[in-house]
Amino acid sequence: MHELPVTESILEIVVKHAKQNQVSRVVSITLEVGELSDLENEWLQHYFDYLSKDTLAAGAELKIQRAPIVLKCRKCGHEFQIRKDELGLSDCPQCGTAGNVSLVSGRQYHIKEMEAL
Amino acid sequence: MEEIKLIEIKENILSDNDEAARQLRQKLADEKTFVINLMSSPGAGKTSLLLQTIERLKNELRIGVIEADIDSVVDAEKIRQSGAAAVQLRTGGFCHLDAAMVKTGLDGIGSKDFDLIFIENVGNLVCPAEFDTGAMKSAMILSVPEGDDKPLKYPLMFTVSDVLLVNKTDMMALSDFDTAALRKRVHKLHPEMEILEVSAKTGAGMDQWVDWIRRAIENFS
Repeated sequence: MHELPVTESILEIVVKHAKQNQVSRVVSITLEVGELSDLENEWLQHYFDYLSKDTLAAGAELKIQRAPIVLKCRKCGHEFQIRKDELGLSDCPQCGTAGNVSLVSGRQYHIKEMEAL
Repeated sequence: MEEIKLIEIKENILSDNDEAARQLRQKLADEKTFVINLMSSPGAGKTSLLLQTIERLKNELRIGVIEADIDSVVDAEKIRQSGAAAVQLRTGGFCHLDAAMVKTGLDGIGSKDFDLIFIENVGNLVCPAEFDTGAMKSAMILSVPEGDDKPLKYPLMFTVSDVLLVNKTDMMALSDFDTAALRKRVHKLHPEMEILEVSAKTGAGMDQWVDWIRRAIENFS
């Protein structure tokens, strides 16, 4: 739902790096977005196309990689991946402890890299 | 032909907001102003809960409210009538508040003149969970008619909040809301979450909520 401000932020960072590296055109941008976020890939691209029209990044393709949700059991320290629909349902697969986990990853919004000419 | 270059970026998209929120929290700490970010669905009872809370604390604390309801001044009017100061942020259809918008509200109300400021976030269980507002604590309200399955549908909201207020407990008899199931679901996501059952209508549980606020402020200062 908040694809617009996120897209503005992506564009700003990308244009900054494009200038630093003195490229003429950005071809693709690889993002790493945690599974816990509700961003819609399609909308992100639509907003990006609109906002980037008159910039070095016009026409760039957003490649969105979803980073899995990783939890850590606070009892035995075991780290394990789960799907979003399993959140709040799964016990630690190693020691069986219920409901004593912390979130290791799954919330991130990172720009990993970009391809440019 | 030109060659395609791969450029490593490795930047956090939300780092600007995270940094703005961190600075805001520092500024508020210097001013000795405690800020609570209140989040819920539309209609869960944020405004009525605030009115009841202000009533119970107004003699001991200077309270302000930043309202972020979408393009309406109704809520801020109600708060002002209760005796607390309020500013209305016109969010113009925005789905959440970020630290920059909160800062505008805090500057508008003059945050240093208050002991406690509530941010009434936009009614939405999805987007507000992703943006740090700069508040010291986040409280979530879930009302009984919304059902006990919300932790399954909006896990992030339940992960980022510090306290959960189950509101409209006066309607419990009319629904099949299962409090034990809710507690179990919430604690699997967030083992430390405090869960308080309240009714802003009857006042039940409000003393525990007000005590939670007093303790939070005490631990902060």
